[in-house]
Amino acid sequence: MSQNAEATVEITHEVGLHARPSVKFTKLAKTFPAAVEMAMAPDGPWFDAKSIVKVMAAKAPKGTMLHLRASGDRAREAVEALVALVERDFDEGEAHVRSA
Amino acid sequence: MSAPLSLTGTPASPGYAEGPLFALGTALNRYEPKGSPDGERAALLTALDGASEALALLIADAVGEAAEMLEFQLAMVEDDALRAPALAAIDAGANAATAWQAALGEEIAGYEASEDDYFRARAADLADIRDRVLRDLTGSNQEASPPGAILTGDDITPSRFLQTDWTSGGGVALAGGSSASHVAMLARARGVPMVVGLGPVPAASGRTALLDAEHGGLALSADFPGVEAFRRAAAAFRSRRAGADAYLRKPAVTADGVSIRVQVNVADPSDVDTIDIASCDGVGLMRTEFLFGKPSGLPDEETQYGAYRKVLEWAGGKPVTIRTVDAGGDKPVPGFTVEEGNPFLGLRGIRLSLARPDIFRVQIRAILRAAVHGNAKVMFPMVAVPAEYAEAAVLFADEAAKLAATGVPHLLPPLGIMVEVPSVAVAPELFADAAFFSIGSNDLTQYVMAAARDNGRVASLNVVTNPAVLRLMSGVAAFAERSGIALSLCGDAGGDPASIPALLAAGLRDLSVVPAQLATAKASIAGLTIGSA
Repeated sequence: MSQNAEATVEITHEVGLHARPSVKFTKLAKTFPAAVEMAMAPDGPWFDAKSIVKVMAAKAPKGTMLHLRASGDRAREAVEALVALVERDFDEGEAHVRSA
Repeated sequence: MSAPLSLTGTPASPGYAEGPLFALGTALNRYEPKGSPDGERAALLTALDGASEALALLIADAVGEAAEMLEFQLAMVEDDALRAPALAAIDAGANAATAWQAALGEEIAGYEASEDDYFRARAADLADIRDRVLRDLTGSNQEASPPGAILTGDDITPSRFLQTDWTSGGGVALAGGSSASHVAMLARARGVPMVVGLGPVPAASGRTALLDAEHGGLALSADFPGVEAFRRAAAAFRSRRAGADAYLRKPAVTADGVSIRVQVNVADPSDVDTIDIASCDGVGLMRTEFLFGKPSGLPDEETQYGAYRKVLEWAGGKPVTIRTVDAGGDKPVPGFTVEEGNPFLGLRGIRLSLARPDIFRVQIRAILRAAVHGNAKVMFPMVAVPAEYAEAAVLFADEAAKLAATGVPHLLPPLGIMVEVPSVAVAPELFADAAFFSIGSNDLTQYVMAAARDNGRVASLNVVTNPAVLRLMSGVAAFAERSGIALSLCGDAGGDPASIPALLAAGLRDLSVVPAQLATAKASIAGLTIGSA
């Protein structure tokens, strides 16, 4: 069933949308059939949230308000899942820790 | 005769190596054009598939950070957005190798232009991907390095690092590079010594060299007079590391069960890139002199704010004790400090800051704004009388009020003092208004003993374990305990296994040490018994 959905979420993860978080983020986005886009500002520019090249190019630091929108099958589910991942700090509770 | 090779750089992974130099080559075979856009397109897609397969195989064998770094590279290689510009160039008539090199070159330039160390360091991952595909396209093989070699070059790719057999030792000496790179993290995880930022390393493949990645240096052994001293330092490092590593990740506890806080001293914000916050209890001393004395002049508020914020965010909720600028003495700053006949007894530390409120207020505002990003504390160096503390505290309150009036987010951190001028150590009760005390054992010792710490002729007098120095410390500790004032120590003695027993006996339970001494300090504490006093 085709839908549209959008949401805004703040990146609270210490290092922002860096390599590891970006891998998780794009992998999750790709599990949904809907087209998913993200932007750093409400009026865009929008880019493909399934592309790690594009997501990394955003260089989104901690504190960024991330805008998400999706259209197509399971669009709402896709946006909800991605928002939850960002809110969980990409499941990296200790991600700001770097190995000695 | 060539000049002796003796280069200095920045340690990215501590350790020592002695072995033949090996220049990392970038030589590729000539690419054979396929003659048609379809042929070029097919060649690039085949090479990309090959890269994906090779990375997937490496991932299967990798763990931890190596696996995560490879997962990132794999995701990039498989992303249509990475190959799209190259495929477009092929359609426009370019060959696969040229198209790929140009497309990745543009992507890499984007990362290199970033102001964020972390993003800049990802350029090396992109270069790694580029070279992997180019080698496949051109049928080039990498020459293997001899066992125990010191690899030299401008930078080293993560996959080159992972392919190297480090079981016979060896190290990495880079002209460029970064301690925030994936490959530096891999080197630290593997315990492979690595120095970055050496500048041009002369081509001397095959000649034996010495790599000191504890202090950051490279020398050709044939030209280097200190080979024996180097080997002794290397042996001492190995035995220290072997004994201490077991303690690094654990909280510091004495043999009889007394918990000791062990924090780190940070001299430059980039120091924290190589420290695991889980291995320490916070930052007991964040120096701010690194910001001052740059050729570009005194630092503006934004530069300072960025530096403080970086360390506060890195520390998570753990405390970061920022020391207001301690210029003067042996740390002159053009445009700020004054020329004096006896600078250690002159206008330095808080004395200088209070004499130059225009400069001090900039630092205060930067600290107040950064403080919202973590658990900040602030301490004043060289306080001698209570009025200095009171005057500095008024400036903090004043700037906080101004920020509040303009709606700028800020936080007034607890304000404490260094205990390093003997007047404070003798009569600490005069400073009961301070939120905390931090003993600066280097200066306290030199002032109590009247023996400059930078004068080798009186080094035998400059001893922190002199009974007079220790008695002052235990007096401060007793007063702090009675009055509920937090106390720590942030001088070199805190990380020195020979001094730690005396410091604990004097009543100290919170030591701040340079990062390189973290593990040894904890190991030394674990071997001590101090009773439950």
